[in-house]
Amino acid sequence: MKKNKTKTTKGSEAGDPRLDRIFKSYEGRARDTVSVLQDIQDVYGYLPEDALRKASVFLGVPLPEIFGVATFYRMFRLNAPGKHTVTACVGTACHVRGVTRVVDELSRTLGVEPGQTTPDGNYSLETVACLGCCAIGPVVVKDGQYHGNVTPQGARKLVEKPARTAEVAK
Amino acid sequence: MPATKLKNLKDLVKEQARIAKEREAYSHVVTISSGTCGLAKGSGEFVDAMKAAVKALGLGKRVLIKSTGCHGFCDIEPVVHIAPQGIVYQKVAPENAKEILSETVLRNNVLEKLLYTDPQTGQKARLAREIPFYKSQRRLLTKANAEVDPESLPDYIANGGYQALAKAVGELDPEKVIAEVKKSRLRGRGGAGFPTGFKWEFCRRAKGDVKYVICNADEGDPGAYMDRSLLEGNPHATLEGMAIGAFAIGASEGYIYVRHEYPMAVRNIRKAVEDARAAGLLGKNILGGKFSFDVHIERGAGAFVCGEETALISSVEGKRGEPRQRPPFPAVRGLWGKPTNINNVETWSSIPVVINKGGDWFARIGTESSGGTKIFSLVGKVAHTGLVEVPIGTTLREIIYDIGGGIKGDGEFKAVQTGGPSGGCLPRSMLDLPVDYDTLAKAGSIMGSGGMIVMDESTCMVDLAKYFLNFLRDESCGKCLSCREGTDRLHEIVARICDGKGTEEDLPLLEELALVVKDASMCGLGQTAPNPVLSTLRYFRKEYEAHIKEKRCPAGVCKALIKYSIDGGKCIGCAVCAKQCPVDAISGEFKKPHAIDADRCIRCGVCVDACKPKAILVA
Repeated sequence: MKKNKTKTTKGSEAGDPRLDRIFKSYEGRARDTVSVLQDIQDVYGYLPEDALRKASVFLGVPLPEIFGVATFYRMFRLNAPGKHTVTACVGTACHVRGVTRVVDELSRTLGVEPGQTTPDGNYSLETVACLGCCAIGPVVVKDGQYHGNVTPQGARKLVEKPARTAEVAK
Repeated sequence: MPATKLKNLKDLVKEQARIAKEREAYSHVVTISSGTCGLAKGSGEFVDAMKAAVKALGLGKRVLIKSTGCHGFCDIEPVVHIAPQGIVYQKVAPENAKEILSETVLRNNVLEKLLYTDPQTGQKARLAREIPFYKSQRRLLTKANAEVDPESLPDYIANGGYQALAKAVGELDPEKVIAEVKKSRLRGRGGAGFPTGFKWEFCRRAKGDVKYVICNADEGDPGAYMDRSLLEGNPHATLEGMAIGAFAIGASEGYIYVRHEYPMAVRNIRKAVEDARAAGLLGKNILGGKFSFDVHIERGAGAFVCGEETALISSVEGKRGEPRQRPPFPAVRGLWGKPTNINNVETWSSIPVVINKGGDWFARIGTESSGGTKIFSLVGKVAHTGLVEVPIGTTLREIIYDIGGGIKGDGEFKAVQTGGPSGGCLPRSMLDLPVDYDTLAKAGSIMGSGGMIVMDESTCMVDLAKYFLNFLRDESCGKCLSCREGTDRLHEIVARICDGKGTEEDLPLLEELALVVKDASMCGLGQTAPNPVLSTLRYFRKEYEAHIKEKRCPAGVCKALIKYSIDGGKCIGCAVCAKQCPVDAISGEFKKPHAIDADRCIRCGVCVDACKPKAILVA
């Protein structure tokens, strides 16, 4: 999956206490690379370039190697996620039960491809290899909330933009 | 629980009795299945409603409310079990909480409307064992999921927990433990099926004063979720198994490598480790003896290849999860270069059963070459979806028809996919095959970690092969050229066929390339990557040919080869489809047959779902 170019944000500029807190719980050994990156992503929602540079110094691992790890694993992202994240499970069981149509519908409604964020920053559309809820597929997770047996229409309702409803209300 | 109290098997048995006595104060136990599937179907809200209702009715001292892991029958979640009657209610909603208490708990009346009805016979089932889905299972491991609160160590102990560890450490020596595991004929449940006892023995005999055990909980096979269910529902069983293994091998440290995609499993296993440590069941001087063992938890970061043991080790070491050449096997040189034994969640969780019941007992359950039970995730187009635990050697037909209730709706069985992206698809003619490591491999598939995806005629086998190849080319770590480029090219060819651009030369080319990928790749991912293509070519070649020669997708899946139209005889002109169509491709007068504009239609299928009289034709 292609990831957008890295952007630095104000929050990750020098002396970020959130970063310090993460580093404090490790001894700065190369073996903690994956765990440290996971903690950074848990806090920021993605891996800001600045945080990666500092992690490289802290862990004593060259930046290209850090970048190698960050791009090897599926969970890491180098760009900021949207306000809401919608993740469709594309595991085999969900596939057999028609998740492709669900993803297509989400993609069409939001106007972005999986892996991308809407230009207004509201939604990130993601896919995941399997969430292990195979018996209730297709499964879509919106902001941590699991939804089972999702149809294309159901998925559309999940992401029907609040902006649009606001417009109607006007 | 005071840590100093538990020193041996006797203490654990005493503690078990003490907790049981404490529980006698409660007249009823209401257990709610609250795994991830359950929560997705609203079990969280139901638990809250139940707790509020207990409070409102002043039953706090009589009724114990328990949230447990997944009970297995995910299709009918949320599920409630009421003891001592043993009544099971399905698909409960928060508004049912009060009546369950006032009727079933207080007055012993059964609420018929909440009972499970067998769709085949129309009979209602009161007890779990009357439900066909459970009737033919042998739930050695998954049974506890419905009994134990995963966040409560006392609950696990009340269920006989940690007695196997106490027995191993107190009454057996490492050699005897290994002998027992060998006798059990337990084989690795992650898919490779290596005999567990022998694996342990290799690691025990390997030179080195520091050794490790690892639990592979990176269940990457899409479509399999038994490990998630076990870790979520009964994490102490996995820990107990690991501790017994560490004792047998001579390891004092262990790692659990668990998928970050399973947040509840991560949470529950973390709590279990802390609780076990506090009770002296993990950490220094376990049960007050000489044996010390502690466990670290590492979250996987989402890479299918990390299910391969050398890749997993590399990932635990903080690096990219790339596999390396074996030998040396991890039993000789594993984590940080030290002898390491890796088993998956299900294997580790089987160990307490083997030690408690004895290796011979366990071996009698399975087949001649493979002991015990295996958990399968029975999913896809089957009537009853969920986790199924059966003795190894049970036939596909028994699993899919007797337990799974056959195909959902009025479809016809077409194939079952086992073993995930490394496995294959088996046709109807294979239904009487006993499921075992060796028989499935012979048939061109594998048992794998236990995914069993049932398909009816609406699944296109070429599209399925494309799906797996897309997954594999994405997950190939890129180390071997044959796998990195091979899976990409295989995908290209199959995608071409799905697009209606395939030629007759494509099929022999696929077969030739598939064998190269198989032979020239270093790790299991590449070596098994062609299985989905080869097995579908072997059993469903006609479907490939229909795509190529007739430019037709018999299952009506491949978008480039299908057209949507409306059957004028069936259409009632309700216009529901026209309203739902996202591209306004359907038009017509109200109450008169509608028509689809083929040029506009994006073949999204929304109209098919919306149409009640089933008037939309896909061909």
